[in-house]
Amino acid sequence: MGEAIVVTSGKGGVGKTTTSANIGTALALQGKRVCLVDTDIGLRNLDVVMGLENRIIYDLVDVIEGRCKIHQALVKDKRFDDHLYLLPAAQTSDKTAVQPEQMRKLVNELKQDYDYIIIDCPAGIEQGYKNAVAGADKAIVVTTPETSAVRDADRIIGLLEKEENVESPKLVINRIRSHMMKNGDMLDIDEITTHLSIDLIGIVLDDDEVIKASNHGEPIVLNPNSKASIAYRNIARRILGESVPLQLLDTESKGVFSKIKKFFGVR
Amino acid sequence: MKKTQNVIIKGTKDGLTLHLDDICSYDDLKQEVERKLSSSTLFQEEQQLLSVKVKVGNRFLTNEQEEELKDLIRQKRNLIVEDIETNVISRKEAEKRCRETEIVPVAKVIRSGQVLEIAGDLLLIGDVNPGGTVRATGNIFVMGYLRGIAHAGSAGNAEAVIAASVMKPSQLRISNCINRAPDEMPENESRSMECAYISESQQIAVDRLQVLMKKRPNLTRFEGGL
Repeated sequence: MGEAIVVTSGKGGVGKTTTSANIGTALALQGKRVCLVDTDIGLRNLDVVMGLENRIIYDLVDVIEGRCKIHQALVKDKRFDDHLYLLPAAQTSDKTAVQPEQMRKLVNELKQDYDYIIIDCPAGIEQGYKNAVAGADKAIVVTTPETSAVRDADRIIGLLEKEENVESPKLVINRIRSHMMKNGDMLDIDEITTHLSIDLIGIVLDDDEVIKASNHGEPIVLNPNSKASIAYRNIARRILGESVPLQLLDTESKGVFSKIKKFFGVR
Repeated sequence: MKKTQNVIIKGTKDGLTLHLDDICSYDDLKQEVERKLSSSTLFQEEQQLLSVKVKVGNRFLTNEQEEELKDLIRQKRNLIVEDIETNVISRKEAEKRCRETEIVPVAKVIRSGQVLEIAGDLLLIGDVNPGGTVRATGNIFVMGYLRGIAHAGSAGNAEAVIAASVMKPSQLRISNCINRAPDEMPENESRSMECAYISESQQIAVDRLQVLMKKRPNLTRFEGGL
């Protein structure tokens, strides 16, 4: 029996889809059986980022409405043997085509066959969000070091805490620009974690390679030299229960104390 | 057996007081009030309105009965009822008053979009994040960061105060006074251990926590010791 993790943020454009794709791929690289589920009906992207767009035959709405079986709609990623599958969203319907109860049933069915179900959530807090969260056991909240993104993350954490079947969410801080953070032009990691008061599961540095890679339909995780790639691999290892220290920003540390605090911040 | 009087009129230096018996039936009482006030020739010639106090002892009066008595007294004489004093209140009201003065502890982070409403005093063990709101009919004490909106004395208590370990609110409201944060907040100010109250100029003032003991001595409910 696998577990379902929803990747959400509230705000759009902070990197939910990129994070879903890369965490999913990293888990597959670790030898887990992973299924990515795109719930952004009407604005699907995950298939593009994964480079699987051409192979879509059926989609999420087809499965929900009984036009095909789940396994017919799953797109297999050939790069990972039998480890990574994608359930694409429909592009022609909208979010109201699916009800939370149906999503829960679908995810529970997928959990029989896969170790991890990564659910990519649409932006916002309406129907699409409710569908995405319905079947999840765990949640990852993605934010960037910007006040607006942190504000929305705060809102979404408040909503996630109300969900009974979802464990307390974990935080990913994405698109960190170390020089800006060092100059104090960007919110500090400590500041964000104390503000949101949830556990940090990873930080990802801003990296041009990420955009390049997703344009090629290849998750950045496949390039072992990029900093962002290492960050995503580390997040995957933490999901698997390993304790991995946080990647240090390439700045002089502010003091031993804050370093230690950061280290213990990640259980 | 000598019939005791159900209604006794007493004059004190503060004015007139009607003592109403609390044993007899309400209808008897009403009749006697009517009779007493009609038959009495007291103050007949005075045209001026006189205010009276009514003491009903251990009798419980519903709102309608109170109104009825007030009307009755008002009709008969040039008297106006200033106050009806009773020794008893209903259980419901007692519980309400109890709740209003109770301190309610809540251990939570109030996040953006969430609203926490409390009857009585709120003791929040946690933060109020920007976009979050806490509202209490009494005082508000925040043990963590106050970065959102706090509304104390929400039912109209201007004596209510707000205290926080770190006072960086987006808005403060006490009763119907509103105060917002300045547009330019100096970054490095710690703003720790502060309180807010309505000052003499009817505006919300923010000051060190320690001034509260002078401004609001009633906050202390502990008696004895020291």
